[in-house]
Amino acid sequence: MSEMILRDAMSKALREALDQDDRVFLMGEDIGAYGGAYAVTKGFLEEYGEERIRDTPISESVFVGAGAGAAMIGMRPIVEVMTINFTLVAIDQIVNHAAKLSYMSNGQFKVPLILRTVTGGGGQLAATHSQSFENWYASVPGLKVVVPATPYDALGLFRASRKDNNPIIFAEHAMLYRVRGEVPEEYYEIPLGKARIAQEGSDVTLIAYSGMVKVAEEAAEIFYRNDISAEVIDLRTLSPLDLETLVNSVKKTSRAVVIEETWKTGGFSGSIASDIQEAAFDFLDGPVLRINGPDVPAPYAKNLEQLMIPKASWIVDQVKYNFGL
Amino acid sequence: MTTTLNIDKELALDLYSKMLLIRRFEEETERLYRRGKIGGFLHTYIGEEAIAVGAIPVLREDDYVIGHYRDHGHALARGLDPKLAMAELCGKSTGLSGGKGGSMHLFDAEKHFMGGHAIVGGQLPLAVGIALGIKLKKLDSVVMCFFGDGAVNEGEFHEAMNLASLWKLPIVFMLENNLYGMGTQVNRSRAGGPDIYKAAEPYLIPAVQIDGMNLIEVRDTVIEGVEKVRKDQTPIFIESMAYRFHGHSVADPSNYRDNEEVEENRGRDPIDIFKENLLSANFATNEEITAIDELIENQIDDIREFAESSPEPEEIELYSHIYASPEEELNNE
Ligand SMILES: Cc1ncc(C[n+]2csc(CCOP(=O)(O)OP(=O)(O)O)c2C)c(N)n1
Ligand SMILES: [Mg+2]
Repeated sequence: MSEMILRDAMSKALREALDQDDRVFLMGEDIGAYGGAYAVTKGFLEEYGEERIRDTPISESVFVGAGAGAAMIGMRPIVEVMTINFTLVAIDQIVNHAAKLSYMSNGQFKVPLILRTVTGGGGQLAATHSQSFENWYASVPGLKVVVPATPYDALGLFRASRKDNNPIIFAEHAMLYRVRGEVPEEYYEIPLGKARIAQEGSDVTLIAYSGMVKVAEEAAEIFYRNDISAEVIDLRTLSPLDLETLVNSVKKTSRAVVIEETWKTGGFSGSIASDIQEAAFDFLDGPVLRINGPDVPAPYAKNLEQLMIPKASWIVDQVKYNFGL
Repeated sequence: MTTTLNIDKELALDLYSKMLLIRRFEEETERLYRRGKIGGFLHTYIGEEAIAVGAIPVLREDDYVIGHYRDHGHALARGLDPKLAMAELCGKSTGLSGGKGGSMHLFDAEKHFMGGHAIVGGQLPLAVGIALGIKLKKLDSVVMCFFGDGAVNEGEFHEAMNLASLWKLPIVFMLENNLYGMGTQVNRSRAGGPDIYKAAEPYLIPAVQIDGMNLIEVRDTVIEGVEKVRKDQTPIFIESMAYRFHGHSVADPSNYRDNEEVEENRGRDPIDIFKENLLSANFATNEEITAIDELIENQIDDIREFAESSPEPEEIELYSHIYASPEEELNNE
């Protein structure tokens, strides 16, 4: 076992891909000479050369689309869009093209494209630079959406993503790059569509992903001190969604809370809450609760921004209020 | 030896003060950032002052300015209150947008400062729309739209150029070519090479390339250009060659540029160049220059104190202005 931060786990994942598969190449803005906006690809240009580490112009639409095109003829591009906010410039290529090619061609074409990007708020980057759109992409059939919360998962999920033949949005949370965790030396993979029970419990199920997993864990810690046993589930992927693990947990705890960083309206938590209610209504002791950021654009001011990001105390208060725990 | 400067002396000294204000303001933002008073991303305009100060004061009050996230220099050159700008950077309620926009998103409707826009290229379509509005309202205002060398590789740039030319819209496209978009050198990002103004030619937009370190050259070009845009109601394109003296943002150590290149460009400091102009035209003595320096230093102290002592926004402000309220009048009548 060795310890590493999530950033290094991602670098390791990318190096493996480059080392093991000569169909793999990387492209994106400032991934080469600059070393990556979040330093994931630092040193790669020197190591692998310009052919495989391709600095692109600031042209998201064309380099994301070009990734899909190269994937159509058997390459395995790994495209980095500096942050998920900028994927909107390329959303047509992602949603109308990459996501649809397999279906429209009746399986004649595959698009094994990994689109790595950085998601989430908390850095005082204000309204245009603090968003989380992985829920949007998760609603598009044909795309898979991976949202790791730990270094172990980042590496394991990336390995599985590399073997997948579909376009994948691989969203790394900006505030998680320095999170440290155990990563074994031995090879392992984590299948897409299999949630992780981060902590077992029997009174309430807390469902989270990406940056919100640690918030759920903090809430579970507070519950523990109050003799409430919380089960924490890390979704790992939004699409495919591991509903089975969620339902099994809810059957045990009878209570569920879904925690998500982005806006409540249209949030993925709504879809999950609804799925749980449909599948396990008779087991529930109350409504499935949703904890989301409020429906406001991210403000710059630090004190206001902090009001945007769900906190453990929000979970604790809601659980107390709604379930009397 | 005395040389002549084709500009009014008082105005020249005022422009010099403006450049220096921007420089000292930016140096202060860097200090405040290191002290944790400013957060997020901070992109300074140090080294590029001659462009904003050469260009923006040429405009009339009823003209419009719009640009990208490297916007402090544009804002100050447009006459936005530096105290309010600094308060915005510090996330205070007294800021231009009550602390909600931050460094990359400065706005001032009254000053027709239509925003710093932080999605690269995003301001270009907006500029087209503002110019279209001007045309439809039958005004004779112009829009000055700033953007960087990196932005010209976005599709929006080309779409904006085409529509502006096709519909004959009054826009001054102000390209600040500082040779880098973050860490990517222009030659590595643009097939057409570094003479970006040539990108305007296929759209039949008249274009020039000038020295963005030379305030007088910028000013003269812009005076002539704006006159043409106002008269003909058609776009023009001005490429100012520039160099940002510091990193892309304060977090960037600039490892992709070699020291020699940085030093060479710092040797062409636009403020020093203009100072020399002033001295050799006998517009100012060394003592007078020093007096301006001191004045600005004091002003910066006031600006910082105002920003630091201002209160944070009230929590309720999180929810204000997500939507325009019905009783609010539409922007500018
Ligand atoms: C659509 C989009 N892509 C990427 C970014 C990240 N980014 C911010 S500034 C920048 C470089 C822009 O360079 P340039 O246009 O030359 O302006 P300069 O910073 O040199 O003034 C990049 C890539 C962004 N903000 N928006
Ligand atoms: Mg640039």
